[in-house]
Amino acid sequence: MLEIEQLYGGYNDAAVLTNVSFQVRKGELFGILGPNGSGKTTLLKIISGILPYKRGNILLKGQLLKKYSTKQLAKVIAVLSQHSSEAFSYSVRETVSLGRYAHQSGFFNEWSKEDEDIVQDVMSWTGIDSFQDQPIHLLSGGERQRVFLAQALAQEPEILLLDEPTNHLDLSYQKELLDLLKKWTGEKGLTVVSIFHDLNLAGLYCDRLLLLEKGEVNRCDTPNEVLKQETIEHVYHTEIRKHSHPIVPAPQMVLLPKSYYQNRKDMKITTENLTVGQEFISLLAPMSLRTMSSGVTGSGMGWYHTFVNRHVDKDYNCSNPREEMSEFLKANGFEPSETVGMMTAVYTEDAVYRLYEDDGFSLLVIVTAGVGNAVDVSKSHEQCGTLTPGTINTWLLVNGELTDEAFIQSVVTATEAKVKVMHDMDIKDVNTGTVATGTSTDSILIAATQKGKLLEYAGSIAPLGKLIGKGVYECTKEAIMKSKERKERAYAD
Amino acid sequence: MQKRFTQTFSNNKIVAYLLAVVLLITAMLLAISIGTVSVPIFDIVQIIGAGIFGFSMEQVDPMYSNIVLNIRLPRVILSGLVGASLAIAGAAFQGLLRNPLADPYTLGVSSGASVGAVLTLFLNLSIPIIGPFTLPFLSIICSFMTILIVLLFAQKIDRSMKVETIILTGVIFSSFLSSFISLMIALTGEELRQIIGWLLGSVSMRGWDYIKIMIPFFMIGSLLLLVSTKELNAMSFGEERAQHLGVNVQRRKLLVLTAGSILTGAAVAVSGAIGFVGLVIPHLTRLLWGPDHRHLLPLSILTGSGFLILADLTARTIISPTELPIGVITSLIGAPVFAIILMRSKRKERGR
Repeated sequence: MLEIEQLYGGYNDAAVLTNVSFQVRKGELFGILGPNGSGKTTLLKIISGILPYKRGNILLKGQLLKKYSTKQLAKVIAVLSQHSSEAFSYSVRETVSLGRYAHQSGFFNEWSKEDEDIVQDVMSWTGIDSFQDQPIHLLSGGERQRVFLAQALAQEPEILLLDEPTNHLDLSYQKELLDLLKKWTGEKGLTVVSIFHDLNLAGLYCDRLLLLEKGEVNRCDTPNEVLKQETIEHVYHTEIRKHSHPIVPAPQMVLLPKSYYQNRKDMKITTENLTVGQEFISLLAPMSLRTMSSGVTGSGMGWYHTFVNRHVDKDYNCSNPREEMSEFLKANGFEPSETVGMMTAVYTEDAVYRLYEDDGFSLLVIVTAGVGNAVDVSKSHEQCGTLTPGTINTWLLVNGELTDEAFIQSVVTATEAKVKVMHDMDIKDVNTGTVATGTSTDSILIAATQKGKLLEYAGSIAPLGKLIGKGVYECTKEAIMKSKERKERAYAD
Repeated sequence: MQKRFTQTFSNNKIVAYLLAVVLLITAMLLAISIGTVSVPIFDIVQIIGAGIFGFSMEQVDPMYSNIVLNIRLPRVILSGLVGASLAIAGAAFQGLLRNPLADPYTLGVSSGASVGAVLTLFLNLSIPIIGPFTLPFLSIICSFMTILIVLLFAQKIDRSMKVETIILTGVIFSSFLSSFISLMIALTGEELRQIIGWLLGSVSMRGWDYIKIMIPFFMIGSLLLLVSTKELNAMSFGEERAQHLGVNVQRRKLLVLTAGSILTGAAVAVSGAIGFVGLVIPHLTRLLWGPDHRHLLPLSILTGSGFLILADLTARTIISPTELPIGVITSLIGAPVFAIILMRSKRKERGR
C-alpha cells in the first residue's frame, strides 16, 4: 500500500529524516513512535504531500507519490492533524461536507446524492450527526476532533494519517476512537498510519510500530519487538519498566519517577515499624511496598504500606470475611485499600519477629503460629474440613529490590522452611496421624521496598533464600513453642 | 440533491439573497431620486427603461432624464461597483488569511494602489495602447506588488505567516506608502488639487468613462473569486488542511490574491482610497448568514454595492450643498465597527 524507500527529507536544508525505509500493508494499523524531534511529524508531512522530499522514493499503491496531483492524493490519503484552526464558525455539516471536495467534479462542483449520503454516514459513524447544525466553535475539544475525523473519512480515503489523534481526548474517547479505527482497518480495509506519544496505547492497538530515533529508523516490527525496555530506555533516555497488560497480551511501559528514588533512599523497614498488640499486629511502612500476599484484604500483587494481622476467635464465622475485615480496618483507623489484612486465631502477643541482616539487604520476619489444625497436605484430599482462620501467618519484609521471580521463590523457600519446622517438631495431623506440613489456613506475605540491592533470586541457596530459610525456620519454631506454652498454661490453670 | 438544494436554499439563503437585492435596488432608487433636484421614483424607472429598451418618454421632463442618465445613474453604478469590488475582495482576503480583520485597507493593498495612481498623476504617465487605462493598470500592478511584498515580508518575520504578522506588516507598509504619497504631494506643483481630490476618495463627476474602465476588472476579479469559493472554505481551516482536502493551495492562494488585488486596484483607481467597506460588509454578512464562502461572496457583492451607494448618498446630502468625501462616511462607520470586531474576537479568545 505504502512503501517508503531510503527517504531523506526535512525543512529547508536541514535533513530531519535520513535513510528511512519501511512499508505499510493494506488494512494495517501502523504506529509511528519516537521522542520529540525524532522526525515523526516531518515524516507524516512528507507522506501527506505537504513537505517535499529530497532523496528516496515514496510509492503509494505502486505509484510514485510525486505523480499524484493534490486532488488525486486527497482521494487516497486523508489526514487528521493535531491542531485545528477554524477562524469562522462553520456548522458541523458544512465542515464535514468539505471532505467531499476532491470527489466533486465539474465547473460548478455539484453536490450529488452520493456526496450527501457519505457525509450523513460518516457523521453517524463518528456520532456527530445529532449536532450537525451547530457551529463548530461551540463544541468541546473531543467533539471537534470527531468532526475533523468525519471530515477526513468523508474523503473516502484508503489511508488515514493521524498525528497524535488522542491528544485532546479524555480516556473514554481515546479508547472509542482507537476502537473505531481498529474496527475499520478490519472491516473496511482502511489503512491507518498514526503518530503516538503514548507507547502503551500504541502497544495495545497497533499491528506494527516504527520507532524513529534522530530521524533514523531504530526499529520497525511488532509491538512486542519494538517496545523493549532497553530499546525504549535508550531511545527516550529515561528509565522505564516493561510489564504485561493484565488482560490483553500487549506490552505496557511504565515510567519510574525520579522522586521515587530520592524519597525512598533512607527508607528501611525494621522492628521499629511494628506494633504488637492484643487485638492485632500492625506494621506501618513509611512508603508503599511491593507486596504479594494471600491476605483477606489486599491479597495478590500490589502496593501497600499498612499490614495488619488480626486476632479473631477460633469460632470466627462470617459469610463475608472480606467486608467484615474492611470494617474492622476502618474502625481501627486503617485505609482498607492500602492495607493487607490477615486473620489468625493465635494470640497476636505471641508473635515472633526478628530482623536478619546481610550484605546490602535485610529481612524482617514476623510469624504468628499455632498448630491446632495441622494438616498433612499429601493426605488432605481424604478429609473434608471447613475453613477456619489461619494459624501460621508468615510475613517477610525485604529491604531490597525483588524481581517477580524472587517474589515467587520467596514463597517457595518460606514454605519449605515451615514444613521443615513441622517435621522437626514432629507435629502431627490429628486425622491421619502423619506428620503435618502446615495448617489448613496458613497465609503468607512477601513485601519489598524495591530499592537498594537488586535481589534477583530467592531460591534456597540465593542470598535472600538463605536468609528466608533461616529466619522462617527460627521464627516459626519459636512461635509454635510459645503457642504450645500458652496452651499448657491454660491446662495448668 | 433535491433535498440538499431545498435544505440549503429554502431556509435562510433565499431570504438572504432577497434582502440583499431589495437593499441594492432601494439604495439605487433612493440615490438616484434624492438630491438638489428630486426625481420621482416612477420617472426614474421610466427613464432607465427607456434608456435600455428604447421606450418613448413623452411625459418625463428632459431635465430629469439628463440628471438621471448623465449624472446620478453613472455615479450610482460606479459607487455600486466600487462597493461590490471592495466587499468581495475583503471577503476573499478574510477567508484566505483566516481572520475577520483582514481587508484591502489593513493589508496595505489600497495604499499600494494609491501610490500607483498618484504616481500616474504625478508623472503624467500614459502608456501607449492602453491609454486611458494607464491609471487603473498601474494601480492594479502596484496593489498586487504591495500584497506580494507584504506577504514575503511577513514570511521572513514569521515562517508560519501568522495573520497578526501579516496585518502588522500590512499596516507598516501602509504608512510607508502613505509617506511616499505625501512626498509626491510635497514635490508636486500644478497637479496638487487633482491628486488631493483623488486621494480623498469620491465617485462624483466620474461619468460613464470610469464605469467602462472599472467593469472589465470587476468582472474578471469577481469571476476568479466566485470560482474559488469552495477552496476559500477549505483554506479557512488552514492551508495544510486545505491541501489535505485536495486543494492546490499555492496556485489558489495566488489566484485569490491576484483577483483581490485586481478588484482593489481598480476600485481605488476610479474612486480613491475608500476604507473599511471591505472589512465591515463581509463581516456583517458572515454574522447574518454564516461563513460559507459560496454565499458569502455573492452576498457581499450585493450588500457592498448597496452600502456604498447609501454611503455616497449620505456623503453628498448630509451637509448639502457641500459634499463630504465618501471615505469620511465609510470610515466614520467602519472604524467603530472595526474596534467592536476586534474587542469581540479578543474576548472570545480569552473566553476559551
